Amino acid sequence: MIIHFILNGQKTTLDVMPDRRAVDVLREDCGLTGTKEGCGAGECGACAILVDGESRLSCLMLAAQLADRKITTIEGISNDDRLHPLQDAFIQHGAVQCGFCTPGMILSAAALLNRNPHPTRTDIRAGLSGNLCRCTGYQKIVDAVEAAARRGEEAT
Amino acid sequence: MANPYIPEIGRSVPRADAAAKVTGAEKYATDHYGEGVLWAGVRRAGVPHGLIRGVDTTAAQALPGVVAVLTGRDVPGTNRQGIVHKDQPVLCTDKIRHCGDAVALVIAADRTILKTALSLIRVEIDPLPGVFGIDDALAPGAPLVHEEHPGGNVLLRAEICKGSAAEAFGACDVVIEETFEVPVVAHAFLETENGVAWQEPDGQIVLVVSTQAPFRDKWEIGHALGLPLDRIRVIGPYLGGAFGGKDGATVQCFLVLAALHAGGRRVKMWWDREENMLAGYKRHAARMHYRLGAKADGTLHALHCRLYYDTGAYAHLGGEVMAMGMEHAAGPYRIPHTLIEGWCLYTNHPVAGAMRGFGAAQVSFACEGMMDRLADRLGMDPLELRLKNALRQGDRNASGVVLTGATGIVPCLEAVREHLLWRERGPWIAAAGAFKRRGVGIAAVFNAMGYGRGLPDSAIAKVELTPAGTIRLYCGVSDMGQGNATAFFQIAGQILRQQNTVFELIQPDTARTLPSGSASAGRTTYTYGNALIRACEELRRRIVGRAALGLLVDTLDDLELLPGRVRHPATGREIPLAMLAATMTEPERICTSQFLMPVVRDVPDTGKAFVIGFPHLLFSHAAHLACVEVDELTGTVDVKAYLAATEAGRVLNPQGFEQQVQGAVAQGIGYALCEEVKLEQGRILTPDLTTYIIPSAPDVPEMTSLAVEVVEPTGPYGMKGVGEVGTNGPLPAIAGALADACGIHMTLSPLTAERVLAALQKQQETP
Repeated sequence: MIIHFILNGQKTTLDVMPDRRAVDVLREDCGLTGTKEGCGAGECGACAILVDGESRLSCLMLAAQLADRKITTIEGISNDDRLHPLQDAFIQHGAVQCGFCTPGMILSAAALLNRNPHPTRTDIRAGLSGNLCRCTGYQKIVDAVEAAARRGEEAT
Repeated sequence: MANPYIPEIGRSVPRADAAAKVTGAEKYATDHYGEGVLWAGVRRAGVPHGLIRGVDTTAAQALPGVVAVLTGRDVPGTNRQGIVHKDQPVLCTDKIRHCGDAVALVIAADRTILKTALSLIRVEIDPLPGVFGIDDALAPGAPLVHEEHPGGNVLLRAEICKGSAAEAFGACDVVIEETFEVPVVAHAFLETENGVAWQEPDGQIVLVVSTQAPFRDKWEIGHALGLPLDRIRVIGPYLGGAFGGKDGATVQCFLVLAALHAGGRRVKMWWDREENMLAGYKRHAARMHYRLGAKADGTLHALHCRLYYDTGAYAHLGGEVMAMGMEHAAGPYRIPHTLIEGWCLYTNHPVAGAMRGFGAAQVSFACEGMMDRLADRLGMDPLELRLKNALRQGDRNASGVVLTGATGIVPCLEAVREHLLWRERGPWIAAAGAFKRRGVGIAAVFNAMGYGRGLPDSAIAKVELTPAGTIRLYCGVSDMGQGNATAFFQIAGQILRQQNTVFELIQPDTARTLPSGSASAGRTTYTYGNALIRACEELRRRIVGRAALGLLVDTLDDLELLPGRVRHPATGREIPLAMLAATMTEPERICTSQFLMPVVRDVPDTGKAFVIGFPHLLFSHAAHLACVEVDELTGTVDVKAYLAATEAGRVLNPQGFEQQVQGAVAQGIGYALCEEVKLEQGRILTPDLTTYIIPSAPDVPEMTSLAVEVVEPTGPYGMKGVGEVGTNGPLPAIAGALADACGIHMTLSPLTAERVLAALQKQQETP
C-alpha cells in the first residue's frame, strides 16, 4: 500500500507491505538505522520513535500505522545541525556507553520532557523504565535528562 | 559544541564515540545491509541431547526465494569451533548436545521466506537421557555429553594449593562450612549476535560482525571452514554491548559459510532475542562448598573449597573461567593454607563462557558470605575482619603468587569505613518504617587483569600522521562500549599534544589494524594503551626530528609539539604538521609498537592442570557497601543506596571510570536480585526479556563511586583495568545487607522476594 507521513520533518511517501514492521521500514527502506532493535517484542525500548510527539515502539508498529503521522527518529531530533539539548547532555554527562539504547532512550526522554518539563530524578527513572540499558546503570542517563530539563528551564 | 581541547590523561574527557552514537550515525554491525542483501538463519535442535537420525531439507530447498540450505555435510574444513578445545560443530552432523545446537543453515531472499524455510526442515532426533546440571554430570554411570572426552563429563579437574590445608584446620579456633549456589545468567546485551558477510570477486570473504575478538575469529573461521587465513577479512565495528558474550564464535562461521554459497551477494544474520537466549553464551552456574578456618582473633588460617562449574554442552572458555574462579576463591585475603579444588562439567545446558567477572563473580558470593558468617561467629565487625586479613603489596596470595603490583584493597575498605553510609548506618537502619527492615552489607572483591600466564597478552598499536596533518589510530581491539577509544585518544593527546578534533580511530579490521587480542579480561586499555604510548612516542620523535630540519634548529629539545604545528620558542618560528607530513614517506608517518603484559615470574608449583591463564599477576580491587530495605510482607529487597570504592591503578578519565563502576554495579544488582536463566530438562524457561528480568532505571539506586588511586607502575600512566571488578561486589554486599537486616544468611541466588519471604517465614517458625 502507499502511505504518506511526515518523517523527520519531510513529507514522505512509501509503497510498502502494510504488515511489515515499522522498525524494518525505517531501517531498511528509509535507511534510518539510528532506530535500533534489541528484542523485537516491546520489552527493551531500543526501537522507540516519536509518533506525533509521543514515544512509541516501532518494533510493535506496522508500516500502515505510520500513515498520516508525524514520525521523529533519532536522526530527526536535532535542529539544523545543532544537537538537541538531550543529545548534548548525553555526551557531556557520560550517558553513552555502547550506545545501542541511546537513540530510544533520548526519544523517550524527549517525550518525557514534553509531558513533564520539570521531572524529579524519580520521575525520570519512572519515565525511562521502558528503556533498558545494560551498560550505564542509568545514573548518568538520569543526570543527563536532569541537565537537559534544567537547560530547558533556563531557556524559558 | 564544546571548544576543541587536547584530550589529556586524568581529565573527564567526553567519550570520543558519543557524538556519533547520540545522533544515530554510528554504524554497528546490525546497521550494515547492502543492495539485495540475503538473510541467513539456523535451524536449532530444540532437543537437549540426542542422536541425529536425519535432516530433510527437501521442502525448504524447494521454497521459492531460498538460495541454499546447508547441513553439516556441506561444511568444508573441520566443522569444529572452540577457543581452547575444538569440540563445537558449526552444524551438527550426528549428535545434539544442547537445545541451541545448529543442524541446518538457510540462506533466503528475505526474512519471511527464511522463517518459512527453517520451519520446513525436518529434523529427526532420537533423544538421549540428559545431563541437566552438576549432580547429573557427576552421577556414576551418567550419560556422556562427549563420549570421546577422556575425562567423561569432567572437562577439567584442577587444584590450587598452598601450605597444608588439611592439617591447618586442626590449628583453627573456629571452622565454618557452607554451600552456595548461583544460577546461569545471560549477558543481555542489547545488540544481539549479528553480522554481514560477502565474497569479493577475488575470492576474499569479508565479514562485518559484532565481535570481541576479530583476529581470533579469523582463525576460528579458517579452521572450521578450511579456508586460508588470507582469504578472510574481519571488520569489527563498535558493539552494542557484549560483556563477554561475544568473545567466541557466534554468527561468524555461519555467515562465512553462507557467503561461500551466495554468489557474491551480501548475507546478513541477526539472531533475535530468543535465539540469543537459546544459543548465545552464558555465565556459568556454580556450586561452591566452602570450609573456612580462623584463629579466635579473626586471623584467617585455612580454606578448603570444592567448586563445581556447569559449563554446558561445549568447552568454549569453561576451563579458563573455572581457573579464574579458583584463583579468586579465597577473596582478596591472606590465608596461609589453601586447597581449592575445581570441577568444570559438561552438561546438556547452554554453552557457558566469558561474562564480566569471569568466574570470580560466582565465588565472591561464597567467599564474602563466609566472611560475614565468620564475623558473626566471632562477634567481630565485618569490615574490621576484612581489613585485618586483606592482602597487601608483597604478600603471597592464595595461589602462592607474590603480589608485586598495586594492591589497594586496604585503602578501598578504609574509604568505605570513613564514608557516612557506613558510619551512620545505625540511625539509618533504626529509621525503617512499618513492616520494613533495613540492613547494611559490605563486600571486598578483586579481579585479575589480562590473560594470565601461558597466553601472551599482546597488542600492537599503530599510529599515523596523515598527509593532512591529522592523527589516525589503528586499533585492533574492539570497543564494546567500555570506551577504550576515548582512553586511546587521551594517551595520544598526552604525547602528541593534538586537539580532539584531529584524532580519528580506525576500529578493528584485520586488513588495516594489527592483532591486539580480544576485548576482554580488563586488558584493552592496559595492553593496547602501553603499546600505543610507545608508538606515539616514536611518532613524536619523528615529527619533531623532521621539524628540526625545516626550522633549521640543531637540538630537538628546543622544539615544542603544539596543536597542528611544531614551534621553536626561541625564534617563534613554526611549521604546520601538514607541511611536515608532506615531506615524509608513508613508512615514516606510521609507527607501530607491540606490548606484552608482564607475567608472574616466580610461578607457584600448583594449578598444573591449567594449560593457559594461570596464574595472574595484576588485580583490581574494590570494597562495596549496600544499604537495603526488606519488605517483611513480600520479601522484596530494595537497594536504597550503594557505595563502591575501587582501586584500578590510576584513573585516566574520571567519567569513564565511573561509567564502568556504575554499569558493573547495576549488572551485579541484577545478578543479586532478579537474574536467572531458568532451565528445565535442558530447556530454557526464560526465553526473552519479559521472563529474564534485567534491572530497569527504577530498580537501580543512586550509586556513589570513589576512586582509590594506587599507581600501577606497569600500567599506561599507572592504570589497570576497571571493567570487571565492580560486578563481583553487589551479590555478596546485598546478601550481607539482607543478613544484617533480617538475620537470614542466603546460600542460593538470586535473592528473589519469593526466596526471601520463604526464609523469613522459616525463621519465624524456628523457635
